[in-house]
Amino acid sequence: MRPAFSVILFTVLAGMGQGLFLMLVRADALGADPHELAVGGFASVALLGAGLACSFFHLGHPMRAWRAIAMWRTSWLSREVIVLPLTIAVVALWSLEHLLGKPHTAALAAAGVVLCLALWWCTGMIYACLRFLREWAHPLTLLNFALLGWMSGATLFAAYWSVLHGAAAARLWVVAAMVLTCAGAAARLASLARNRALRPKSTPQSAIGVAAARVRQISQGTTGGSFNTREFFHGRSAAFVANVKSIALVLAFALPLVLLAAAWVWPVPGLLPAAAAAQFVGLIAERWLFFAQANHPQNIYYQAVA
Amino acid sequence: MTQPAETLAKQLALVIDLNVCVGCHACVTSCKQWNTSGSAGPLADLNAYGAEPSGTFFNRVQTWEAGAYPAAETIHFPKSCLHCEDPPCVPVCPTGASYKRKEDGIVLVDYDRCIGCKYCAWACPYGARELDEARQVMTKCTLCVDRIYDEKLAPEDRKPACVKACPTNARLFGDVKDPESEVSKAIRERGGYALMPEWETRPANQYLPRLVRQAQEF
Repeated sequence: MRPAFSVILFTVLAGMGQGLFLMLVRADALGADPHELAVGGFASVALLGAGLACSFFHLGHPMRAWRAIAMWRTSWLSREVIVLPLTIAVVALWSLEHLLGKPHTAALAAAGVVLCLALWWCTGMIYACLRFLREWAHPLTLLNFALLGWMSGATLFAAYWSVLHGAAAARLWVVAAMVLTCAGAAARLASLARNRALRPKSTPQSAIGVAAARVRQISQGTTGGSFNTREFFHGRSAAFVANVKSIALVLAFALPLVLLAAAWVWPVPGLLPAAAAAQFVGLIAERWLFFAQANHPQNIYYQAVA
Repeated sequence: MTQPAETLAKQLALVIDLNVCVGCHACVTSCKQWNTSGSAGPLADLNAYGAEPSGTFFNRVQTWEAGAYPAAETIHFPKSCLHCEDPPCVPVCPTGASYKRKEDGIVLVDYDRCIGCKYCAWACPYGARELDEARQVMTKCTLCVDRIYDEKLAPEDRKPACVKACPTNARLFGDVKDPESEVSKAIRERGGYALMPEWETRPANQYLPRLVRQAQEF
């Protein structure tokens, strides 16, 4: 598939916002300062809101986006469109409540956590429910959206805490971020290994229904391109894809782990913000790869120009 | 998520005879002419006279080769929306713009409700849907729904434009749920088959396989 930057940015930004909120709720339970939590909560709202804004750029008719809530009974995209603004609203209320020093309601925090998890579920299912996009049609897709988002939010929270209280005070959050980053890396490596082992179910033979041992396309029917030749191909070389994969693995997992470990040993300011920034860039690359690696069976019909 | 598809009493479809398609593209141009002028249009042509033309088409004729020389066959292969009985493109649409008509099984897009998110195109394994780049809405074969019921047309003209245009009668049109229709008989008697059966979309359109004749020894 052709990676769309609007969707890449949306899923990375929103995922980070969701992960950040989960960490804020945990910090709240451990008795953190409400005003500091409120600032973090508004950062989560900003990330989710920026993600929502990015998603509009994917649409041919953004002004009609409100219509997308209609088909929640059948469409995961419709469900996501409902859950995302609800999540933003609840996280914003939670943050406001902490800012004003009002008595905190556990119900609001619980609702926020449930909505964050539900949003990951919806986002993951948008891809995982497409059964013939086999790189996506697997529970690992759901796990990865959740773990990678949570991981990036945890690293961001550790960075925020170190800015507020110094790196030494952030050690608990550094450990949490390291555990989540390891879990995210394991899940993503598992999906990469699965993708490598996949063999296409559709073939030129099944595409046109001819059983000959050798079937090849001579002409796709047009000399120029079409929607079909643009939307479903990433248009990059294998070397480019391999480079993006290396960048994703290094910046999303390896480098942040090194920086997190270093920050745990030497509480130097700047290490944790650097880890969060690296992870953000790494996840952009990771999400690009997620799209690029998905092989759409329609591509069998668009192989040759004559 | 997806309920088992309802079985409709009527399902209009095309049956395409690969024995006689000569790859002339008359169905392609006739489809384009009718639909760019009708309720489904206009269908954009970007850079039509440039080096990289790109247009919206509901129907394409491709050419394939099967086997190896000297036993190679050239197969002209028309491809359009298959109006699946279990269309994966319909339930994923967030707005309900994509729908399957209960009365005749045609899968259609309501262009006024389409937000151009392209998710339905991702959900079609056949690449049957094309986003119109000028209008930014998803488009696809309508089986000439604005033609086949038009009582102002002579009864013999109430067929999809592609069917009317085909000079070799490679395209048959009718109700595949009516066992006595021309299309049902063709499917039954001549081994009609579905494309990519592995995805269980139950395409309504079917193809008639080529009868391969061995080269005569002289």
